[in-house]
Amino acid sequence: MRKTKVKVHPYIPNSAPEVKQAMLKEIGIKKVDELYNEIPSKIRFKGKLNIPDGIESEFALKRHVETILAKNTSCVDNLSFLGGGVANHYVPVICDEVNSRAEFLTAYAGEPYEDHGRFQSLWEFQSLMAELLDVEVVSVPTFDGAQAASSSIGMIRRYTGRDEILISDTTSPDRLAVIQNYCHPMIKITMVKHNVKTGMMDIEDLKQKMTKNVAGIYFENPSYLGFIETEGKEISKIVHKNGGKVIVYADPISLGVLTPPSNYGADITCGEIQPLGLHINYGGATGGYIGVNDDPKLVQEYPWRLFGIDKTEVEGEWGFGDVLYDDRTSFGNRETGKDYVGTASALWGITAGVYLALMGPEGMKEVGTVIMQRSQYAAKKISGIKGIKAPAIDSPFFKEFIVDFNKTGKTVSQINKALEKKGIFGGKDLSKEFKELGQSALFCITEENTKEDIDRLVSELKNIIK
Amino acid sequence: MKVGLIINPIAGMGGSVGLKGTDGEEILKRARELGAEESANYRTLETLRELKKVDSEFTLCTPSGKMGETAAIQCGYNPNVVYRINKTSSCKDTMEAAKTLIQKGVDILLFAGGDGTARDIYSAIGDTCVVLGIPCGVKMHSGVYASHPITAAEIVTSYLKSESKQIVEAEVIDLDEEAYRSDQIATKLYGYLKIPLAPRLTQGVKSRSQASDTNIQRAIAKHVIKYMEEDCFYLIGPGSTTRTVMNELKLPNTLLGVDLIKNRKLIGLDLSEEGIINLIGNSKTKVVVTPIGGQGFIFGRGNQQISPTILRQIGKGNIIIVATQSKLYSLGGIPLRVDTGDIGIDNLLSGYYKIITGLNETVVYNAGV
Amino acid sequence: MSADIKSKLRKFHQAKWDEQLIFELDTPGERGIIVGGVEDEIEKQIGNGFANLPTGMKRKKSPALPEVGQMRVLKHYLRLSQHTLGADLNVDIGQGTCTVKYSPKINETIARNHKATKLHPWQDESQVQGALEILYKLNEYLSELSGLDHFTIQPPSGSAAIFTMASIVQKYHEVRGEADQRDEIITTIFSHPSDYSAVALKGYKVTMLYHDPKTGVPSAEALRAAISERTAAIFITNPEDTGIYNPEIPEFTKIAHEAGALCCYDQANANGLLGITRAKEAGFDMCFFNLHKTFSTPHGCGGPATGAMGVTKALKEFLPAPYVEKKKGTYTLNYNLKHSIGKVRSFYGVFPVALKAYSWLRSLGAEGIREASEVAVLNNNYLLTHIKKIKGAEAPYAKGKHRIEQVRYSWEKLFKETGVNTEDVTLRMCDFGFHLWSSHHPFIIPQPFTIEPTESYSKAELDEYLNALRHIAKEAYDKPDFVKKAPYNSVVHRINHDSFDDPKKWAITWRLYKKKHLNQN
Repeated sequence: MRKTKVKVHPYIPNSAPEVKQAMLKEIGIKKVDELYNEIPSKIRFKGKLNIPDGIESEFALKRHVETILAKNTSCVDNLSFLGGGVANHYVPVICDEVNSRAEFLTAYAGEPYEDHGRFQSLWEFQSLMAELLDVEVVSVPTFDGAQAASSSIGMIRRYTGRDEILISDTTSPDRLAVIQNYCHPMIKITMVKHNVKTGMMDIEDLKQKMTKNVAGIYFENPSYLGFIETEGKEISKIVHKNGGKVIVYADPISLGVLTPPSNYGADITCGEIQPLGLHINYGGATGGYIGVNDDPKLVQEYPWRLFGIDKTEVEGEWGFGDVLYDDRTSFGNRETGKDYVGTASALWGITAGVYLALMGPEGMKEVGTVIMQRSQYAAKKISGIKGIKAPAIDSPFFKEFIVDFNKTGKTVSQINKALEKKGIFGGKDLSKEFKELGQSALFCITEENTKEDIDRLVSELKNIIK
Repeated sequence: MKVGLIINPIAGMGGSVGLKGTDGEEILKRARELGAEESANYRTLETLRELKKVDSEFTLCTPSGKMGETAAIQCGYNPNVVYRINKTSSCKDTMEAAKTLIQKGVDILLFAGGDGTARDIYSAIGDTCVVLGIPCGVKMHSGVYASHPITAAEIVTSYLKSESKQIVEAEVIDLDEEAYRSDQIATKLYGYLKIPLAPRLTQGVKSRSQASDTNIQRAIAKHVIKYMEEDCFYLIGPGSTTRTVMNELKLPNTLLGVDLIKNRKLIGLDLSEEGIINLIGNSKTKVVVTPIGGQGFIFGRGNQQISPTILRQIGKGNIIIVATQSKLYSLGGIPLRVDTGDIGIDNLLSGYYKIITGLNETVVYNAGV
Repeated sequence: MSADIKSKLRKFHQAKWDEQLIFELDTPGERGIIVGGVEDEIEKQIGNGFANLPTGMKRKKSPALPEVGQMRVLKHYLRLSQHTLGADLNVDIGQGTCTVKYSPKINETIARNHKATKLHPWQDESQVQGALEILYKLNEYLSELSGLDHFTIQPPSGSAAIFTMASIVQKYHEVRGEADQRDEIITTIFSHPSDYSAVALKGYKVTMLYHDPKTGVPSAEALRAAISERTAAIFITNPEDTGIYNPEIPEFTKIAHEAGALCCYDQANANGLLGITRAKEAGFDMCFFNLHKTFSTPHGCGGPATGAMGVTKALKEFLPAPYVEKKKGTYTLNYNLKHSIGKVRSFYGVFPVALKAYSWLRSLGAEGIREASEVAVLNNNYLLTHIKKIKGAEAPYAKGKHRIEQVRYSWEKLFKETGVNTEDVTLRMCDFGFHLWSSHHPFIIPQPFTIEPTESYSKAELDEYLNALRHIAKEAYDKPDFVKKAPYNSVVHRINHDSFDDPKKWAITWRLYKKKHLNQN
């Protein structure tokens, strides 16, 4: 039962008794409960919800939640070498400044008139990404890279009318789990092997599996295991020859220095925008991108919103709107919609746009270069420790590389526990995901990891291993 | 470019005085006596003024006087008068004027009127020219009108400007006015006129485009074909949605008639009741029908060949109803109707149907007498 | 204060910076931010970092990103933010179905703590006990609100939650050996398009129940006609976007269960029902809540979002992995769910959204949550009372009945009588600093507009919004041409849509605009 004293919550202005009475009167009823007359009494909830009482004061609420959060150790508290999907890249403060703006934070689905700025900033995200990927069309971002990968597969399935997809077996297991559920039971997945020594795709295996029933191939570059696939051109040639399409999942922060997949034959480039100005947020700040060239048949297969630009009736004004909305998205038309579309990651898309605008061509080159140099330095130094080999796969890599601990007599888990005590998050344990690698871990170096950080890691590792 | 314009000056007059139509001299006289005023002209002015606002260059070709010339001049046009009428006009004038305008090579023919006018236009020119109706009639069950006089102008402008000049077929339907006046509904599908594919006028309000309706009709046909049983007869009723099934099977067909197929092969074209009975005998038969026009009749209008006798043999379970969702929405929620002339069979065929609205997609919808 | 029809309308004008595109600000040589080069020592040892890279993999041409100084980038985006009308500025009740409510600022402050933003998903469980505690407790509260037993926040949106439910339905019947037989899902024509498209993606045939034209909701009789041994599940929204509660829902779930089908509840429209009625008592096996809507976390121009999804005990083992559990006082991630569908999103879901939803729930508590529901419904019926009186506006279906949290109205009468359609009205609303949304598919109600006031807006604000609607409806009758040319006080004027559906003209990126409209490559 209610307490006798009426509480007026600051978030609920019309719970003020005088206002409530005035409104009830205008509706012509006595009690709010009458508004629920249509709900059969047998399914009305009659008890008291087993949820704690409200925390009234703002500071008490803040203290309550922060007390729980304090139980976490963050990548500010510790030095982090974790990657494998998202990584602790530097977030320029302007990115946070823009995505904290109340207007962007609280807008939703306004028309291209009152929400002109939302449309423009997302169209600019599309345009900036297109330059980075060297493609002509990019959509607003979807939920995450895994969804971008999945929807890319859906796109080429519909495009080719073929129900089988080839996927490289070095694909991130976390991402693959999402793809598998997405494809089941409509799309058959066939894994393509890699060369154990180099990590590169097994071309002979690809040739054998790339039949006329196959819609195309999906592979990641740089791969989940860090190395750079250098046979992209050859892979594309084989797939195209059989009427298939090529999907490459690429880390966008690598593309200031690495060749964009569209240049070696990718029909679709997809991936995760987290590296572009988003905090890691326990893996919760993600956005997926898909880029293609302007083939209307392929553009028609995009399941999400695509913003376009045109003039308005007033000279000199830019206006924005939805491209091919009606028949392409399920918002426009449920029967011809290509896929489901929902509220995804617009705020992160705007943020990634801000990031690319700040970085410019020089910034992207700089960040890519510094990551390449530091990660190679880290691998070299780590490999200098007796019993450790890095990288375990002898191929060029970008920000991540495998560290092989098999000869140390210690498990990754033991090593990471020991590192944790020294305030370091070591690499991601691969011993379960890729059993053939034994006790190995995936280390990630971002532009935030300085030489000093790397030297600290190396010295702690030495102490642990000895 | 040339735009033709025909106003049926008396269209809509009956409606204002409760006469449910204005077809025929006698009714017109009664309408006038009851104080009805000519309103088609007024609605046409709305369209013409709107057309004038955009600077598309075209010559307006019209019949003389009330059938177009006067309205055109009133809105600041300098019309090319191609057909002369007497003081009073008749449906014959509508037909003759339409023929003349086609001879003059108009790019599109606008007509102001209702279902009676649409029928006259159809019988005069068939599908030889693209037309568009300005909604002015009492009865407007046909699919040939813009939703509003202003919208008519927007459609014409966009059609003249567009390079692809996409068109769609729209039903010409009319009621038997005698029956209608005594509150019975009896629609008939007369045929199809060609109208412009309505442009997407707005971003905000996204009405389903007609282009996608064509795709959906194809999806519906694919569904019907996918689940066709072997050695079973399929009667294909009239209408453009059912016809798509025949087109997808690449079989000759009749738009307004009833055709019969089996094992994806044609058995009979444009069959009569007797013809159907002779061909199907006692064999398993399914019937594919689509609701016609705004009244939602599935039996008893335009497909009387599929008689109560035949329907009794076929049974409710073997009736396949197909319709695009937009067609269903246009019914405004009223149940589908059955009126075969045999109340027993009508009652038997009432109840819920799973209407096929796409590939692997159905809508559960009610049918009643 | 009482509703004063004569109270003045805001003399509003939106900020209009006449801002250029970011590409037009390009000034070669300018820098927005410096990342910094590598340490000399590393350079000495490693060189330029590209020695091992095959030449084909080294990017040759730099991306043609604009070069713009930092302050100008900031200014550009702040101006664009001012060209955007968020809920913090607007009386944002015109976006029905989306529950645009107040997103308390304190939650945003909390979510920007480094103990949340700087957690890596692969950190050991022992290092993220706080995060897991938040997820665990949030799941508990959501279970309580729905009456179901287990929740996950992995689905990143309501639509993704629908897809997740469809995945579970499929797996459930696979495990029982009935997957081939049960190839059909029943939903309603008024449900969200995703209730169609997400289940169709799983290969299901979809049957949609049409509503009764009087009540506005589908009848149990219609469901009975549709259900069969081929039915895998029913996906029901209640209330649908019309705001009409379907009282036959217990009958629906009974019919479905008797036929061996599962019952999935799309609770996108839960904002009037929290603490009032629950999925469990209505007989559902699964349901989901939109945390970015009902739990205020906010909308962010269209995400990030979360469709927190719950199931009964019997379906726990089908949940996407991992599932957050508590064992001996320690929170842990359980990957060992016997029939798990796998994953629907990378990692564990959208953590910051879950964190803000947790904070919102704690600030309101059990009583506050119920009060929020009741006031949302009160506000909605207050608006309904007044909107019905506006000439040209109608509220189809369920005449004389109250609605839950929103109403889909129609301007059809206005359109027929004046030629002014919903879009014209929505664009004119911009001139008063308001947003009015039309609707998404299906377009059953002609000239639709959907209003959902939530609990967040004061009566005075609701009155102000009503005034604008009244004013525009009157304008439509007095001077329709004027309304049809709106907006006048917005950032831009009527946009030319011709190119958006034309492959030869559409310009989805700056690159395409230059190619197609400026003849530059």
